[in-house]
Amino acid sequence: MMHNESITEQLHSLTIGKYSSKELTENYIHRIKQLKHLNCFISVLEESALQTAADADQARYKGKVGPLTGIPIAHKDIFCTKNIATTAGSQMLHNYIAPFDATVVIKIAAAGAITIGKTNMDEFAMGSSNETSYYGAVQNPWDTDRVPGGSSGGSAAAVAAGLCSAATGTDTGGSIRQPSAHCGITGLKPTYGRISRWGMIAFASSLDQAGPMTRTAEDAALLLALMAGGDPKDSTCIRDDVPNYLEYLNTTLEGARIGVCDDFFADGLEAKSEEVIQDALKIFEQLGATTKSVKLPHIKYSVPAYYVIAPAEASTNLSRYDGVRFGYRCKDPENLNDMFKRSRSEGFGDEVKRRIMTGAFTLSTGYYDAYYRKAQQIRRLIKNDFHQAFNEVDFLIGPTAPQPAFMLGEKTESHIDMYLQDIYTIAANLAGLPAMSIPIGFSSKLPVGLQLIGNYLAEGTILSAAHQYQKRTDWHKCFPMMTTSESQR
Amino acid sequence: MKIDNEIVENIAELTQLEIAQEELSVIGDKMSEVLALVEEMQAVDTSGIEPVSNPLDVTQTLRPDIVTSEDNREIYQSFAPETRNGLYLVPKVID
Repeated sequence: MMHNESITEQLHSLTIGKYSSKELTENYIHRIKQLKHLNCFISVLEESALQTAADADQARYKGKVGPLTGIPIAHKDIFCTKNIATTAGSQMLHNYIAPFDATVVIKIAAAGAITIGKTNMDEFAMGSSNETSYYGAVQNPWDTDRVPGGSSGGSAAAVAAGLCSAATGTDTGGSIRQPSAHCGITGLKPTYGRISRWGMIAFASSLDQAGPMTRTAEDAALLLALMAGGDPKDSTCIRDDVPNYLEYLNTTLEGARIGVCDDFFADGLEAKSEEVIQDALKIFEQLGATTKSVKLPHIKYSVPAYYVIAPAEASTNLSRYDGVRFGYRCKDPENLNDMFKRSRSEGFGDEVKRRIMTGAFTLSTGYYDAYYRKAQQIRRLIKNDFHQAFNEVDFLIGPTAPQPAFMLGEKTESHIDMYLQDIYTIAANLAGLPAMSIPIGFSSKLPVGLQLIGNYLAEGTILSAAHQYQKRTDWHKCFPMMTTSESQR
Repeated sequence: MKIDNEIVENIAELTQLEIAQEELSVIGDKMSEVLALVEEMQAVDTSGIEPVSNPLDVTQTLRPDIVTSEDNREIYQSFAPETRNGLYLVPKVID
């Protein structure tokens, strides 16, 4: 069926005329309506998507074909889209119509893709369950009582449920990889700076990175090649040439050295998830790779360092929301200060406010050295640990999340429990390394993800390893059984 | 470190957030929990370690100093809460 095909398969079908882009888009729109209860989308762009699809069919007929012509893609609602609401999952931006397109949006559209909608997310990407969204929680397509993960939960659930061909996401501490694991899809966070952050609403600027969320590693390679590259509008963006990642895919795993860190398998990792990961490791060995135990002595300090750095940067980034130029403004402010305070207090959700305040505290006079500077130094030690490890191995493998998707509401009371969901993913953000999650099996009928972490700009290495694994296995082809919104009533 | 009501009030002022009196201790407790979590860092000797602010250890690059932005005032003000004659309106500051 067209909705659970990969982009590569869909491009082939479009080329041979098996179906048109209009039919593909109509099918997705129909499914989005049928599965409305999943709450994957904040905006569905039915009219413009169908128009772009018709145009894409015309272009294809005339032989004007780009690498994504006629493929419906969803954007996380953190990417600015011109003349379309861009909310970042917050009430603060409920009325914000972006006046420009993010670089990622421009690049994907230039390749011929159709923007089918904007996906739900944790408010300002702060969360690991999609439950902090002002627009409501997203349901996991594999079990609708469970979370899809977060913060790119809408994107992950939409891809998993067959509501779009692929989606974009952003990852500050695991926000692409953890929901990808929970929803059984492939998600890649590239090297920090590989993809432009222009037009991507900022959370923690030294950690934020965009990436593709897809059905296969091959699709992720295709999208990354289109999304990556220097951008004069983002001075932290890497200007190095973008390799042809698709060419990397057929590199065999013969002789590849895989690092396994014991800390990744410490207490807290669910037993069945560990078993599934060990099974996956055996497949990598059968494909010709060797595994080696590596030490990352400071990795256990990733979560503490992250929960200083990310809130500190967030407190600065989110100071721009003041009710003056755009976004939410409180009703009948008494004076300027009242307007600032009430607009921010009413416009932001609890988790966002908590992080802003924690961040401001760690940056305040008398505490800066003990918290912020200390965290930045730990960040150096974590970076050095990886540097050391990559002298011995080509990439690292471990779990993406400590357990499969948890129940909606299960962790909303304990924010610390929620923070620990990102225990395996945060280190790659602190070090700025590329990392991805691929589906490798199930624990109690819920998908389990495997994380691959590569060296700087070695996206090709982990993408090819993932692709080789996916050529040998079928986990990425598993599709959830779902009931329609109608039958749920 | 324990975050008491006084600190919460001070931080709320710095971050321009309004916190109800009964919420102060709730937020203080939650912040204290986060600080207890990050306290683990103190076990590491970091003397002489260079802090990381950009994971790639690069400084930001500069582009040629030429105007590239267009004048989009009307578009930008179209979604502003309140404007008049091309200006953003806020409550009266000076009587």
